[in-house]
Amino acid sequence: MMLTIWRAAIINAVIDIKRMGKQMKYVLHNIFQFYYQGFKGMTVGRKLWIIILVKLAILYLVLKLFFFPDFLKSNFKTDEQRSNHVIEQLTK
Amino acid sequence: MENIDFSLVDWSRAQFALTAMYHWLFVPLTLGLSFIIAFMETLYVRTGDPEWKRITKYWMTIFGINFAIGVATGIILEFEFGTNWSNYSWFVGDIFGAPLAIEGIMAFFLESTFIAVMFFGWNKVSKKFHLLSTWLVAFGSNLSALWILVANGWMQYPAGMKFNPDTARNEMVNFWEVLFSPVAINKFLHTISSGYVLASVFVIGIGAWYLLKNREIHFAKRSILVASVFGLITTAFVILTGDGSARNMAKYQPMKFAAMENLYVGQQNAPLVAIGILKTDELERSHKKQDFRFTIEIPNMLSYMAFLDPNAYVPGIKDLVHGNPEHHIISYQERGEKGKIAIQSLAAYKNARKAGNDTLAKAALASFEANYANFGYGYYAGRDVHELIPSVPTTFYSFRIMVGLGIHFGALFLVVFLLTMRNKIEKKRFILYTALWSIPLAYIASELGWVVAEAGRQPWVIQDILPTIAAVSQISSASVQLTFWMFFLLFTGLLIAEIRIMTTQIRKGPEPLSPDAKKITKDLNH
Repeated sequence: MMLTIWRAAIINAVIDIKRMGKQMKYVLHNIFQFYYQGFKGMTVGRKLWIIILVKLAILYLVLKLFFFPDFLKSNFKTDEQRSNHVIEQLTK
Repeated sequence: MENIDFSLVDWSRAQFALTAMYHWLFVPLTLGLSFIIAFMETLYVRTGDPEWKRITKYWMTIFGINFAIGVATGIILEFEFGTNWSNYSWFVGDIFGAPLAIEGIMAFFLESTFIAVMFFGWNKVSKKFHLLSTWLVAFGSNLSALWILVANGWMQYPAGMKFNPDTARNEMVNFWEVLFSPVAINKFLHTISSGYVLASVFVIGIGAWYLLKNREIHFAKRSILVASVFGLITTAFVILTGDGSARNMAKYQPMKFAAMENLYVGQQNAPLVAIGILKTDELERSHKKQDFRFTIEIPNMLSYMAFLDPNAYVPGIKDLVHGNPEHHIISYQERGEKGKIAIQSLAAYKNARKAGNDTLAKAALASFEANYANFGYGYYAGRDVHELIPSVPTTFYSFRIMVGLGIHFGALFLVVFLLTMRNKIEKKRFILYTALWSIPLAYIASELGWVVAEAGRQPWVIQDILPTIAAVSQISSASVQLTFWMFFLLFTGLLIAEIRIMTTQIRKGPEPLSPDAKKITKDLNH
């Protein structure tokens, strides 16, 4: 008797999880479709996205990487060294 | 600080000014246009008139162009903090960390969710949810600006923090004191409201262009009407917050106030120079003393503006530099000596800690804390204290041009509003041309506001605590020059792209209404 109840409960739980999974999939699919259709239907937006991506690439892959290293992070290993350097700079 | 590379300081400052000013070309339109769009969409939802939807969608496209080109241009300022201004970055780290982290999180959620609903959600979500998203974008983008302006306000008036001499960093002791400092709140309100004025001028100017071309008359007049009402209300707000800014300045940054007014010798019943032309006194050049060639003054107004008392004493540049015992103002020389003690005490504290001498460390710390309020002046001890005076002509003229243009915009909003209400706007070509040519003027006024705020507080990065000469990293001046020109090219390219895409979109005009929508509009407006 107990075994039958447990079995039914497990089967119900599996069904619920499957249902939730399906619902979640449906929600995610809807969100994906919302963005996908939105991007697909853009007219001016495509040009703007190209500008955004080129700009971010220049900022992070060129400027940040080659021209704007963090001075204290790249020259000192620990926070203690950094604070000592700054105090030295401020008090020299 | 004996061997200061002034070319490094100047190029680092120039680079920061260039990037900040270019960044600011994009921000105010985003701040203001987001609200104008929200009002337009509210009218659409309330009336059901498809013409309002068409108007909203058109200005949303313009908003999108400006937002897309401007997004991430502010990140460059953070790059510069880490590379060019590392001493400063370390010094202020904890103060900036929290506000900038909040800004980052807010901007991410805002941009990835509500802006997407605003642009992609037409006919996919309910009218009311779409409207809510538009309003949330408006509030969110303005709130996002709050945090960076709070950080800037803290630099003008460093409240709610304590310097930790062990780590060389300022640590936040009271978040609310930082957030609600009178300077930060006033700066935020004045800055966003000036953005609203700029956006109103922009919408009116573009609307005027359509009227001049005899195109989209209905669309243009409705856009102008919304923008002129918004502009009128926000102009009053700009005046109110500008008045608050002046009072804060007189209280917390008296040198900036004196330079802005070219007040060399302090006085009671000080008049406000409404219009003035400066003349450099050759004999007093090193003291940065400027006489007037010509002035139109409003009696007692400066005293009233600064302290709400027409008889109040307003200190001048000379009083602040040389001191005025009668008015309890100590000289810069004295402040320099106190600052030097603070700097020496900090060094002594650090050495005593290293040597394990707690008694000496305690005494040095007490001396440091007693003189910390003048820390920054210590870098000028033994130097010419007149280096602590900002450029008087830059501050004086920038302020007057900004205020003059502000008055022009207020008058323009009123005239345009009245003419639109009387249905005569399309016939007044002079007004339409004035409105169109006011667009660049709005950008000039907005940038000059920042010139007053930032050039006027030189040489300070943090008021009274850290001057630019101590804040800069020890890097090569040539590398800063190189990146200055790289940024110049990048930003100019972005600006050209924005103007080209925007003008193409403006020439194209709004999408035409469908016959059914036209019928509904006609019926509703009958």
